[in-house]
Amino acid sequence: MLSDILRWGGKRPGQPDPPGDAPAARGGDTLVSSKALPKFLSAIAHQSETPVLIDLGPVIGANVSFFGEQLGCKLFIEDLFADYDRHARAGTLDELAGTLDKRFRHEDSSVDGILCWDVFDYLPKAAAQALARQIVRMLRPGGSVMGFFCSTAAPVKAPFTKYEIADDKTLRHRPHAGIGGAKHVLLNRDIIKMFDGLIVADSFLLKSNTREILLKRRS
Amino acid sequence: MWKRDDAAKPNAPAGQGPAPAQHSPAPLTAEPTSRPAPTGDTQRGQERTVVNIGKSVVIKGELNGSEDLTIEGQVEGKIELRQNVLTIGANARIKAQVFAKSVIILGEVTGNVSASEKVDIRDNGSVDGDIAAPRVAIAEGAHFRGSIDMQKGGAAKSDTKAPAATASTQSSSQQTPAAAGANR
Repeated sequence: MLSDILRWGGKRPGQPDPPGDAPAARGGDTLVSSKALPKFLSAIAHQSETPVLIDLGPVIGANVSFFGEQLGCKLFIEDLFADYDRHARAGTLDELAGTLDKRFRHEDSSVDGILCWDVFDYLPKAAAQALARQIVRMLRPGGSVMGFFCSTAAPVKAPFTKYEIADDKTLRHRPHAGIGGAKHVLLNRDIIKMFDGLIVADSFLLKSNTREILLKRRS
Repeated sequence: MWKRDDAAKPNAPAGQGPAPAQHSPAPLTAEPTSRPAPTGDTQRGQERTVVNIGKSVVIKGELNGSEDLTIEGQVEGKIELRQNVLTIGANARIKAQVFAKSVIILGEVTGNVSASEKVDIRDNGSVDGDIAAPRVAIAEGAHFRGSIDMQKGGAAKSDTKAPAATASTQSSSQQTPAAAGANR
């Protein structure tokens, strides 16, 4: 009896630990609190009354709604995961860097915020550098970039994650239909070097060993 | 029986006084004139008539109107229904600039979509272009590539008002995180 009661409240033997900081799992989704997101939102809200954002992840209805309600912004969806997926399936990942140089139609210093999510974990080095160059180019003075960077490599294949904003402090991690790819670890100094011209405004290490990094362009 | 009596009354008591005679002709005269009226009334009762453009129809050019419209065919050019709801059906293929009060997309749109109220991309709906609307809903499974302008004032360029930039979504993901506070 006592063992039954304890079992209800505790972890069963063999049960895996919940990933990251997830307090609750629903289906394939996990809720994870974010330290960088509220700071990013605050920075964007103070940056401009009608901010311009770029989301480098897949389009998520809830995120569109959230940004509409919270910021009344102009949001550009540039789904780089779809690009990666397409190149990975075609076996042309080496060409991704070349396409990134021409992909963004935004003018220099025209964007207030960029949501990178964890796209840099998957990109080959040349593509990551090309994307970072474009981000630095497009970001306005005072603008912010939010990115998630893994600390553990997944050399073969790791699935993509959809980051859905549940509220201003919480993200819902959802499975992505893409094929995923190898994850590379970028050291902090590599990140700083890559985003030459930006400064690391905040950096948080989550229990899941994910680094949430907020970069800013000096105003 | 009752009708016969009433109808007979105007003729019979002609000299009795005008009061009853005035009551009875009124419905009689109203009936013939009201015959065309029901069609007008039904139109008013429906308030909005919905026009359909079928699967096999191909339109190239400008499409204007003041009725709600459902398109299942192909349109290339420009669609303008500034006071009405435009539904782009699952079979529709649109290559056009779209202006409407509200746009529901179940098919494919290539071009910019502007709505004074709401743009709703349903499951399997697809938009390649920029959206400008104060409210935008994108369902799970929908495809979208472009920008979404929900800026206050900027969204409703096609219409008069600039409503508050509230957005809604159909995706099942709008649940509030009950256990969010338990994190870390």
